Amino acid sequence: MTIKAFMVEGNGAFAQDVPAFAEAVKGSGADLILVPGNSRAKRSMPAAALRAGAEIDTNVVDVVIDGDKATVQRWAYRQRILTTFTRAAKPWVVVTDPSLFGEICAKLGATPEALAPAAAQTSRTTVNGVVAAGNGGASTIKPDAKLLFVAGAGWTKKQADGATHLEDAAATITGFISKAGASLGSSKSLVDMPEAAAAFSFMSHMNQVGQTGSTPRHAKGLSTCCHGEEPHVVGWRFVNERRAVNLDANCGWAQGKADVLYVADAFEVMKKVNELLG
Amino acid sequence: MSKPINIVVCGSLVPDPLQTLEPVQTPQGPGLKNEQMLPSVLDPWAACALYEAANLAKQRTGSKVYLVALGPKAKLQQLMMTVAQKAPFTLVAVNAPAGGFTDAKETAAELAKAIKTIPGLDLASTLLFGGCASASRDAGVTLQFVAETLGITESFTAVDELKLADDDSFTVLERIEGGQYLSSTCAGFPAAVGWATGNLPEPPNNPQVGMMNMRGVMPALMKAAVANVGVGGIAYEKTEVPSAKRDTVVKKDMSAEDIAKELVDWIKA
Repeated sequence: MTIKAFMVEGNGAFAQDVPAFAEAVKGSGADLILVPGNSRAKRSMPAAALRAGAEIDTNVVDVVIDGDKATVQRWAYRQRILTTFTRAAKPWVVVTDPSLFGEICAKLGATPEALAPAAAQTSRTTVNGVVAAGNGGASTIKPDAKLLFVAGAGWTKKQADGATHLEDAAATITGFISKAGASLGSSKSLVDMPEAAAAFSFMSHMNQVGQTGSTPRHAKGLSTCCHGEEPHVVGWRFVNERRAVNLDANCGWAQGKADVLYVADAFEVMKKVNELLG
Repeated sequence: MSKPINIVVCGSLVPDPLQTLEPVQTPQGPGLKNEQMLPSVLDPWAACALYEAANLAKQRTGSKVYLVALGPKAKLQQLMMTVAQKAPFTLVAVNAPAGGFTDAKETAAELAKAIKTIPGLDLASTLLFGGCASASRDAGVTLQFVAETLGITESFTAVDELKLADDDSFTVLERIEGGQYLSSTCAGFPAAVGWATGNLPEPPNNPQVGMMNMRGVMPALMKAAVANVGVGGIAYEKTEVPSAKRDTVVKKDMSAEDIAKELVDWIKA
């Protein structure tokens, strides 16, 4: 089985990338083509594979080669069911989880090559450039951070004095992610909340983790003021060490979804954590 | 004056996310235990696409929204009881299996075929919408396959914002790595747009819209073409739910100071 790996980097327009990617797939002569699943590849590689007459599977987390047979693993139903399968048809484009591309290439002995630049193609699309999400300036999403810090809707609830403290909550959250170098995640309920939009302007739907959000890969995850319901926790599939702070001792995190659940007021705890982190 | 537009939204049903999913083997390949009985919802990102489409259509008088849904007819009918109340649309139904184990290529081919049969649809003045990935197969390839099959050469993935100008040009924000957006401007239609969450809340149920939609929904379901969608060229070897249960330690009586110290030690370890 011949295997080829292609690097896909930077940004591009669909109309220009599809012909270039299709040409690379066709011209590679490979049975199996590995590509990292970044935004550019996800946008254009599916149509390119179709144009090149290749099969394609995305979000692949493992590839095993046995003679002329390749078997891949990928999740279905948003990280709830793990599937293992093969395809007889070739060429087969395997778009890996981006964080596993290097590991999979090394395992299969494939050295990634840069894709040849696209020949000039007519496109009605002009790429304007990259803009940060949210209004907070510095991005709160840090894929390389060791720690994922998830804020839930509890940060917007009334506290012991009967009032909400949104600005205080925002300062505590941003203080922590800055001091701990953590990446900020959110539950759907928090980013959907109109009343939180102004105070939590550093956060958007991009921060959402779970069924309709992302499934980040961080070594550790700390959840605060979030109940740990299944649609949210499916986004934690690849977070190995998990701790949670919640006032409800029977919340989802207590049901085998976290390693440690602290039954406590996250406002109080995280302020103390920030003090200790200096 | 700006012209009316057509927006074709591809979207189907997925199991309610609160349901427990257990894979089983069926004669057609892998499936879900009690699949026919599982409550369904409109695929979340496709739902965002539908709400964004309805919002855009409101901005251009005379515009039309089509929802092209591929799924088992009986389940689609159930789904429409709620979805039809959310936004005005014309349903185009394809009666075929839908789920996390079917082949995206076969699904896309049937969707493209159904779109081509929409009476009077001028693809040149059409936006093709869908979710950036489904909550079932979660491959994120179907919309691009449909676009490629229909000859649509402009496509955007994981879009959170689309601003349409009077001259039909539009600017989109696509999610890219590191919590950033890629901003692009497209000179006009046709184009495919795979939505992420977008910026609109879920519309409240509107019974009047529901009644208006249902007049078209029932006939559309009656004449839904039966399509042969299966696992295609995929040979499944295993489908499993890996055990993810942890032995959670619940700590109830610690002071905030002690918890903070323990957390800081854990973070720094």
